[in-house]
Amino acid sequence: MVLSPFIAIGLLEYSSLVASFRLFATTLAVTVTFMVMDVRVTIKFERIEYMNEKKTPLLEMKHISKDFFGNQVLTDVNFTLRPGEILGLVGENGAGKSTLMKILFGMDEIHQTGGFGGEVLINGESVLFETPIDALAAGIGMVHQEFSLLPDFTATENILLNREPLKYTALSELFGERLNVLDREKMTEISEKAIKRLAVTLDPEMMVSQMPVGHKQFTEIARELSKEATDITEGIKLLVLDEPTAVLSEQEADSLLKAMRLLAESGIAIIFITHRLQEIIDVCDTIMVMRDGKIIKTVPAEGVVIPEIARWMVGREVKTVSHKRAVQDTAEREVLLKLQNLWVDMPGEVVRNVDLDVYKGEIIGIGGMAGQGKLGIPNGAMGLFPAGGKIFFEGKEIPLNSPRNFLDAGMAFVSEDRRGVGLLLDESLEWNVSFTAMQVQDKYLKKYLGGLFKWRDQKAIEETTEKYVKQMEIRCTSTKQKAKELSGGNQQKVCLAKAFAVEPKLLFVSEPTRGIDIGAKSLVLQALRKYNEELGTTIVMVSSELEELRSICDRIAIVSDGKVLGILPASTESAEFGLLMVGQHSELVDGGSL
Amino acid sequence: MTLQRTNLQKVKRFLGNNTVTILFLVICAFGIPLSGYSANYLVSEVVVRIARNSFLIVSLLIPILAGMGLNFGMTLGAMAGQIGLVFISDWGIVGIPGIVLAMIISTPISVALGIWCGKILNMAKGREMVTSYIIGFFMNGIYQLVVLYGMGAIIPIRSNSLVLPRGYGIRNTVNLIGIRKSLDNLLMIRLFGIPIPLFTLVVIALLCIFILWFKKTKLGQDMRAVGQDMEVARAAGIKVEHTRIVSIVISTVFAGYGMIIYLQNIGTLNTYNSHMQIGMFSVAALLVGGATVSQAKIRNVFLGVILFHIMFIVSPMAGKNLIGQAQLGEYFRVFVSYGVITVSLVLYEIRKKHDRGIAGQILAQEQGVEA
Amino acid sequence: MNVKVEKIISTIMQGVKSFGLPRIIIGLFLLLLFIAAPFVGVNIGTSLSDTFNRFGMNAVMVLAMVPMIHSGCGLNFGLPLGIIAGLLGGTLSMQFNFTGPASFMMAIVFATPFAVILGWGYGQLLNKVKGGEMMIATYVGFSSVAFMCIMWLLLPYSNPTMVWGYAGKGLRTTISTEGYYLHVLNDFLSIQVTDHLVIPTGMFLFFGLLALMVWAFLHTKTGTAMTAVGSNRTFARASGIHVDNIRTLSVVMSTWLGALGILVYQQSFGFIQLYMGPFYMALPAVSAILIGGASVNKATIMNVIVGTFLFQGILTMTPSVMNSMINTDMSEVIRIIVSNGMILYALTRKTEATR
Repeated sequence: MVLSPFIAIGLLEYSSLVASFRLFATTLAVTVTFMVMDVRVTIKFERIEYMNEKKTPLLEMKHISKDFFGNQVLTDVNFTLRPGEILGLVGENGAGKSTLMKILFGMDEIHQTGGFGGEVLINGESVLFETPIDALAAGIGMVHQEFSLLPDFTATENILLNREPLKYTALSELFGERLNVLDREKMTEISEKAIKRLAVTLDPEMMVSQMPVGHKQFTEIARELSKEATDITEGIKLLVLDEPTAVLSEQEADSLLKAMRLLAESGIAIIFITHRLQEIIDVCDTIMVMRDGKIIKTVPAEGVVIPEIARWMVGREVKTVSHKRAVQDTAEREVLLKLQNLWVDMPGEVVRNVDLDVYKGEIIGIGGMAGQGKLGIPNGAMGLFPAGGKIFFEGKEIPLNSPRNFLDAGMAFVSEDRRGVGLLLDESLEWNVSFTAMQVQDKYLKKYLGGLFKWRDQKAIEETTEKYVKQMEIRCTSTKQKAKELSGGNQQKVCLAKAFAVEPKLLFVSEPTRGIDIGAKSLVLQALRKYNEELGTTIVMVSSELEELRSICDRIAIVSDGKVLGILPASTESAEFGLLMVGQHSELVDGGSL
Repeated sequence: MTLQRTNLQKVKRFLGNNTVTILFLVICAFGIPLSGYSANYLVSEVVVRIARNSFLIVSLLIPILAGMGLNFGMTLGAMAGQIGLVFISDWGIVGIPGIVLAMIISTPISVALGIWCGKILNMAKGREMVTSYIIGFFMNGIYQLVVLYGMGAIIPIRSNSLVLPRGYGIRNTVNLIGIRKSLDNLLMIRLFGIPIPLFTLVVIALLCIFILWFKKTKLGQDMRAVGQDMEVARAAGIKVEHTRIVSIVISTVFAGYGMIIYLQNIGTLNTYNSHMQIGMFSVAALLVGGATVSQAKIRNVFLGVILFHIMFIVSPMAGKNLIGQAQLGEYFRVFVSYGVITVSLVLYEIRKKHDRGIAGQILAQEQGVEA
Repeated sequence: MNVKVEKIISTIMQGVKSFGLPRIIIGLFLLLLFIAAPFVGVNIGTSLSDTFNRFGMNAVMVLAMVPMIHSGCGLNFGLPLGIIAGLLGGTLSMQFNFTGPASFMMAIVFATPFAVILGWGYGQLLNKVKGGEMMIATYVGFSSVAFMCIMWLLLPYSNPTMVWGYAGKGLRTTISTEGYYLHVLNDFLSIQVTDHLVIPTGMFLFFGLLALMVWAFLHTKTGTAMTAVGSNRTFARASGIHVDNIRTLSVVMSTWLGALGILVYQQSFGFIQLYMGPFYMALPAVSAILIGGASVNKATIMNVIVGTFLFQGILTMTPSVMNSMINTDMSEVIRIIVSNGMILYALTRKTEATR
């Protein structure tokens, strides 16, 4: 019953999402392959109006470090932020941006995993927030990527959620404050004032479920702005905007950027996280680039242009690709899988129109930014999300939206959603490994009465599972152990084993190394390559880590805005991929499949 | 053309949203002439039942506001009300003072039960309805333990007319002669020959005003917020669990009062049965009035009472006149009561999914055009 | 030394944990009742005999919970639907004047198509309301019972032992199975251990046969798929399983077992209870399997056997023992509290409630 309002939001969000993808395709930038720089660059650039202020910085984070169970995610992060400054924070997924923000807000997640190293100073004073509520009280506001708005409330009601001004009623003496009546007039007044600061048109009485996405975003920001100083809390001083423009149309994004400038002029500092480099250049004072948990570069935004950043970001060092394969002439190779005009309705990863040829025996990588649709391709092809278009396997058309047909054709898919799609968490490893092969190919079954009874062959299941446990070095107490008791890396290996057990001709692997430690990562990648080399299985690997793709693939397709932008040999320099994601085609781009 | 379709969709949507109500209108439209009852009789019966049942049904509104669905646990309040009535019958307090005292006695019991019930429901988020339904059954066991074995043995009950001949436990039926219709008769007026218990109706009106006012309070606002999205509400600092418990407590207390009003009209207490049916009938009536699991308004209460009880009154007679068996009509009305709840619950679940489906369709269409 | 003791304690604690605290409490209570019985003059033989008998009567209906729990449809509160199929089978068999063991066989034969059809429709409905199955199942059960009340009045049954004497039509509220299938299973190969202790072998065998079938089914390819659907629907779909079909199959199986369950019950009980009879029959079966250690989405045959024995044991023992001890029959109240308390316990357990 709580869900239904969200459906409406989802609907609105989507249509706009689609629009914005199209409009911004060319301005998308990429944060790949930053070289590690251990030089700490302090912010030299300041806007004229703050030049003479010798005030202590509003926010200073010093030597911040954080590890999750020995996995270092932040190393010696230092930066300062002055009132009225807009700081653009860019970095790959998993670069440590969100962890850094979580530390700033004192999220539970941080405390529960052993806290962090370093110091956070606000107005020169060291602070340690126990909960996000403390951070809010200190005047730090956050606008999330997902809207945390109540759909059936008006803008005003959302802006003042749980901070409503009240009118006294006698009953409250008896039953406590909560029986005071809401002061609607004052509520409207406060929300109008907050909206005014943004200089946008937003009807304070409009229901959120009926708003265009942009207005929802403004409502969220207005909520933060309306937090004025009271005796226990301070007024908003610092605003963190996490990908606020990702779902907005061009116009909406423009007015948001304007509003941000306005806020900065009134002295509010803003940390702006986005993948859209053009916006960063347009609006920010300073750009801060993160990678691998370190700050790589902090530079003034003025005078920087996108291609320059992109080239500059990726053009320094190219890791030697460890994996050398003879690049064969693609023209002569057999096309195993052909995707034609594929569209997939996968929330957050919409595929719009993909044409792609996969050659027999190759490992092809699919890369691109988060949310651009790379994950939608395998999920749609498999039939887990509604899809349209055509796919041909070995020259035969495979009906879409039917996992069974996909599997029957001789393909398999290792999902990026291990816990949700990939595993039977409550069942044993044996079941997890053998289930798909058993159901699709009648393996591990003893047949009686001419196949009328298909009895589970426990021995065959055990043998197979043991084989894969040994082969993939799955750490478990026994093959009877439940999948939920394994670590992430071992769970991933189980998912792969499940797919291998089907002995597919073509294997889709989606984000195979997401959320697992480095040791397990290389094991997983090795297993994939070995499988490809020994059995000649064609592999389509989707990953947001370009280096990972480059280390294992023959060719890499870059997906943006739900389309394949181009396909390059994996040996191409990272810089070329970076440019491709930014939308700058070079002569190296393999246009054949576009 | 697009407009035409939306109009058609609108009609469809309206029909879809009001399936149950429309179904009932049809049943009543057929049933009334078949039963052969006079309009006067029907109207006066309906008035009596509005006065009798509305308070109970209104008590269901607040948990719906807080997103906890239909509170089948309202039987807990009904039990508390009955315990209050047993005591005042024992003490021989009659008339309005008796009713007021019964309400006072029921309040702490309702509050305690409500807190307990709310806590359990907080442990079963997402399946509140089935849980509250089982809570009703479970508490019925405890209630029997107290009333059938505790009263007269541990809890002192003096009156012999109340206690079973074996010396402890309350009799199966308790005559509430002392307070019978005392609320209704306080201000009984006749309009076109139809007796109208004005005072009871005023009490109900006051409760409705309270509900309307309550929605405007901070607590009411918090409940609406919690009902829409617990996580968002929690992030904003609203005490989600506490708010949910409060909503159940309020509902339970009102159900207790409602039960007392209901029983003063009936005049006899079926000690071990009265409360069991009341939850189901109240829920059914509310749903007939067009409420859903997630949304209920005061007008749903009254429309529901009227339609549901017309069906209830006419069906035995209609069954007799149609097939010659009154029994048939009685089974029919039981079937309809349960059927209504079933259909409402199913429609609610299906619609929840359907809305999601529409979002997908629109996307697919859009992308199809693009491609 | 101390380490050893600690080890033993921790093993015991683990054992307790895996067996489940409520089960141990109920088990101990039952044991206590059996120990107390001779002291208050209750014959152990009779008590055991009663417990066995009730176990046999109810076990099949408890077994009917298993397929639906396995496929993730939750607790089958819609058991009355299966019971209705069984009632139709039983009454039809009597209507066509089959007697003795043949009438029981024919009752099963007649009940089967009804169970399949009703179960199929019920399954389709539950597929449309994934996530809200239990509440809807409850009310599907209730509405179908109420609907059948009308049908029992109207259907053209004519066997004079079944219809109201004065009207000559409309089925009676209770119909004796005497002369038809009364005790056909109870008496089959029954063993007279002592004067008071009789083991109803036939009933146990019948249950054993059905339990074996369910157990075997769960070891087949389709059975494996069913468990996987209950464990993780999306996983099953990604493995090429038609989730809706599997769920429907499980509902049909549960409904059919429910139908057989009521026939077994009637042959021992001696009466067919029509009209509102099946109304609350789901609750004891649901709580029995939960007492046996099942959760909302996991159940085994062992849960069925343990649960039915404990639950029925308490139902048999409390009235006789308590009555002799304190001269009060509190069994009904205890039954209500234990059975519903057990269901509440299962519903509020968070970890096993997911999916």
